[in-house]
Amino acid sequence: MLLVLEQCLNGLQFGLLLFLLAAGLTLVFGIMDLVNLAHGSLYMVGAYFAATFTAWTGSFIVGALLALGATLIVGMAVEVIAMRRLYGRDHLDHVLGTFGLILFFNELVRIIWGPAGMSLQLPGWLNAWIEILPDLEYPTYRIAIIVTALVVALFLYLMVMRTRLGMLIRAGASNREMTGALGININLLYTIVFGLGAALAALAGLMQAPIQTVQIGMGENILILAFVVIIIGGIGSIRGAFIAAILVGLIDTLGRAFLPDLMRLFMSSRGASQVAPALSSMLIYLLMAIVLVVRPAGLFPVSNK
Amino acid sequence: MTAWFTLRNVVVAGLLIVLALVPVYASVTGNAFLMTLFTRIVILAMAATSLNLILGYGGMVSFGHAVYLGFGGYAVGILAQEGMASGFLQWPMALAASALFALIVGALSLRTRGVYFIMITLAFAQLAYYFAVGLERYGGDDGLTIQRRSQFAGLINLSNRTVFYYLCLLLLVGTIYLVWRLANSRFGLVIQGSRSNDRRMQAIGFPTYRYRLVSFVIAGTICGFAGALLANHTGFISPAIMHWTRSGDLIVMVVLGGMASSFGPLIGAVALLVLEETLPPLIRLIAFPFVEQPVALKISEYWQIVLGPLFLLVVLFARGGINGLLKAVGRD
Amino acid sequence: MKKVVIGAAALVTLAAGPAFAQQSVKIGFVSTFSGPTAVIGNDMRNSFELALDHLGRKMGGLPVEVIYEDDQQKPEVGVQKSQKLVESDKVNFVVGYIWSNVLLASLKPVIDSQTFLISANAGPHQIAGSQCSPFFFSTSWQNDQTPQAMGHYMNQKNVRTLYLLGPNYAAGKDMLGGVTSTYKGTVVGEDLTKWPDQLDFSAELSKVRRARPQAVFVFYPGAAGVQFLTQYAQSGLKGQIPLYTAFTVDAITLPLQKELALGVPGAQQWVNDLPNDANKKFVGDFRAKHKTYPSFYGAQSYDAANLVNSAVVAVKGDLSKKDAMRAEMRKANYASVRGPYKYGNNHFPIQNFYLQDVVKDADGNLTLKTVATIVENNQDRFSRECPMNW
Repeated sequence: MLLVLEQCLNGLQFGLLLFLLAAGLTLVFGIMDLVNLAHGSLYMVGAYFAATFTAWTGSFIVGALLALGATLIVGMAVEVIAMRRLYGRDHLDHVLGTFGLILFFNELVRIIWGPAGMSLQLPGWLNAWIEILPDLEYPTYRIAIIVTALVVALFLYLMVMRTRLGMLIRAGASNREMTGALGININLLYTIVFGLGAALAALAGLMQAPIQTVQIGMGENILILAFVVIIIGGIGSIRGAFIAAILVGLIDTLGRAFLPDLMRLFMSSRGASQVAPALSSMLIYLLMAIVLVVRPAGLFPVSNK
Repeated sequence: MTAWFTLRNVVVAGLLIVLALVPVYASVTGNAFLMTLFTRIVILAMAATSLNLILGYGGMVSFGHAVYLGFGGYAVGILAQEGMASGFLQWPMALAASALFALIVGALSLRTRGVYFIMITLAFAQLAYYFAVGLERYGGDDGLTIQRRSQFAGLINLSNRTVFYYLCLLLLVGTIYLVWRLANSRFGLVIQGSRSNDRRMQAIGFPTYRYRLVSFVIAGTICGFAGALLANHTGFISPAIMHWTRSGDLIVMVVLGGMASSFGPLIGAVALLVLEETLPPLIRLIAFPFVEQPVALKISEYWQIVLGPLFLLVVLFARGGINGLLKAVGRD
Repeated sequence: MKKVVIGAAALVTLAAGPAFAQQSVKIGFVSTFSGPTAVIGNDMRNSFELALDHLGRKMGGLPVEVIYEDDQQKPEVGVQKSQKLVESDKVNFVVGYIWSNVLLASLKPVIDSQTFLISANAGPHQIAGSQCSPFFFSTSWQNDQTPQAMGHYMNQKNVRTLYLLGPNYAAGKDMLGGVTSTYKGTVVGEDLTKWPDQLDFSAELSKVRRARPQAVFVFYPGAAGVQFLTQYAQSGLKGQIPLYTAFTVDAITLPLQKELALGVPGAQQWVNDLPNDANKKFVGDFRAKHKTYPSFYGAQSYDAANLVNSAVVAVKGDLSKKDAMRAEMRKANYASVRGPYKYGNNHFPIQNFYLQDVVKDADGNLTLKTVATIVENNQDRFSRECPMNW
């Protein structure tokens, strides 16, 4: 029983990390109708900045905050220089253009930071574990991730639902032309939104950096998962991204944890250990395929123009 | 008659002549590697041309097209592994397997559009990839070595490089012709119309879903054929050929060369693969007078940094790819 | 017009691999020089270059020319580059290969052209067994040997219950299979994680904690090794359940793993403190030049250069005498940095395996140290399937 609980916490933590990445992606997609494959590159850049600044300042928190700021600036710069020219074009153009950006960022990071990757050490107080229940110890840092991500999710919700900026964002998502026609500075709005997305990606990147590593190309694999999340959740919907991310996180983690044992009920141990990893890799994609067949616009589609 | 003599047509004709003469040149200079490289280019150009049918003309951005290369290749590989080396069995199986998978994927995916379509084709690609990785009996992630090329009972000897090359070239030209005929037929016009405005085509009375599904299956089958050829060529098949990034390579070839043009994918394939081979030594050559050897070596290893912005520029300014550029320059 | 000119220029550049008479020893080196694993390729290249420097850049009186090719960690690229080396550059030896799948793909064209292939890392069981070839030599090991040695060691340490963790690809399965073939205790759990995407091991570590094994065996090469050790420590398991590894802690990953690797033993056929003269020279000069310790990938590449040299010297530079070169290489008649070893009938080394552990050296840096010899003169178990006999 405790194992199930622990795995659920693992799944929740993974899901929330995915949410941070997916939120930025779905915002940019919903508002600017921009498919941004380079979102994973911003995730990577955020992690590299965090590793560098933490090494310089000696403090993880300060390093993280600096990294968020730095990636925000990089994101806005990318928007002004490159992304602006892609608005209004075909999705294929976005895919190709941002695919080119991925290659560019990978090589740039390699030139600046070298090919070996970096590591990011946690301060001692985060590198411990807490006893949540008797006989259930859970790493402190993962709890910190869960708490931070929930706080950010709440902040995003409040911002989108209760502030003027949020109102503009929602308006832009529903009807771009009308919002522009009402005299809102669309260019500035887009730049801010893109920067916000970049910061969220950076946060996800730097938070997972101490547990995993900081490597070139680290954004590509998780980017696919982020796209799966926003497809399942419905493009443009932050609420959808939240629910879908938790769902994907739980299914992936619980699948990895319990599928091999489940398979062993039906087949030999050797057979199970061959089939189970392949099957658990496929689970998320199966889920997305099913959702798309049943609800082609996702679970919480944004009602559209 | 002068309408034929445009820059673009001259380039394409020149390219075809070069391709036809590669084996001659290779035997004269004794450079067998040229044959290897160009056989690969021709096969991938065939795959890219099949993608062009659905991507360029049909507007269906499939990030799972490389999967059919895998299906074709594994059909050859698995049958060879089980002792059935006959091409008469392997190649039809390759076509059938690809067609079937394309039918399933297409039937489910074509209900969606835009980025949803991209993602679901990507999902199916990942499913196929992970499934192949799990195929322990056939090497899994290590891949499968194919000891002998497909046997055709003496009718044609594929182990002879020159023969194999000309077969691939013939099939490439055949594919280009087929795609050209399809695109310019009524069928093709419906596909293209569906890309521009699906609702209008349906309003006119065309069951666009069916047309698009058929084009999807045809494209997948041709690509499966290319996969069987590729497996014969490299003597090896592994799940890596099905990864979504390989589909990305094919998309790049089509776009770089020129979408919705008959020879665009071929131009794109040649451009990309020749670039990959010649860009690093070219950079070294250019940098040599200015910087020392080790620095030039380092710079040439970072060549991909040029590729990224290059794509972006092509997307922004050279919408018709190289083919479009040639046409535009030729007009002036 | 421009396209045709560029195309023709490209053709000329490619065709500029003339075939003149044997004036030098041409070696092709295939490894990964781009992407995150480029560090391994660079280590191999640095070691190979150091070996050539030590040889005065000549073998048997002939100057040595090396062409380095990047396989981008992809089998299709590896086979293409290998074909280019033998067909276009007409090299006399092909050396390298980090990854088993790249090696398996590239084997046929090299062997078919009767060029010697020396693997400086990958050791898939197919090449040790049914696909063994007179033109293939290994200066590393067969994939199963190292985890098998670890299995022996765990028996020696009376480990009664064991949990296995590794990535779900061919080498990962080989590793876990190697351990189970020699380990005599009970395996209480086995998990193969998605490779290379899965970087988060929390689910598997939770299962380990519940299963309470006496020890855990793990194989996570490269960056994954860093991730695993980090999470292992954070989950609180590090002090509680000992970890035994293969290819997870090496000179390349150690600077990133830092203190997390202290007390994590691994099995290896070479450690940088092996007390023979060749090794002292190799490690000493490598440290002086590159300021870091070489990895086992580098040591194997260094040996490959010397193996090739022994063959060229034996035929006095007449590289057409392939049978004589093979006979010489079979003797393993050179000063290997791992100490003297012999070749099995499948041209894989019969060698010792040591237990390496992580300690701090005289300067306070973390380094690997030989703690014990686990097995001596170990031969891989696939040699019986190889039809070669000599």
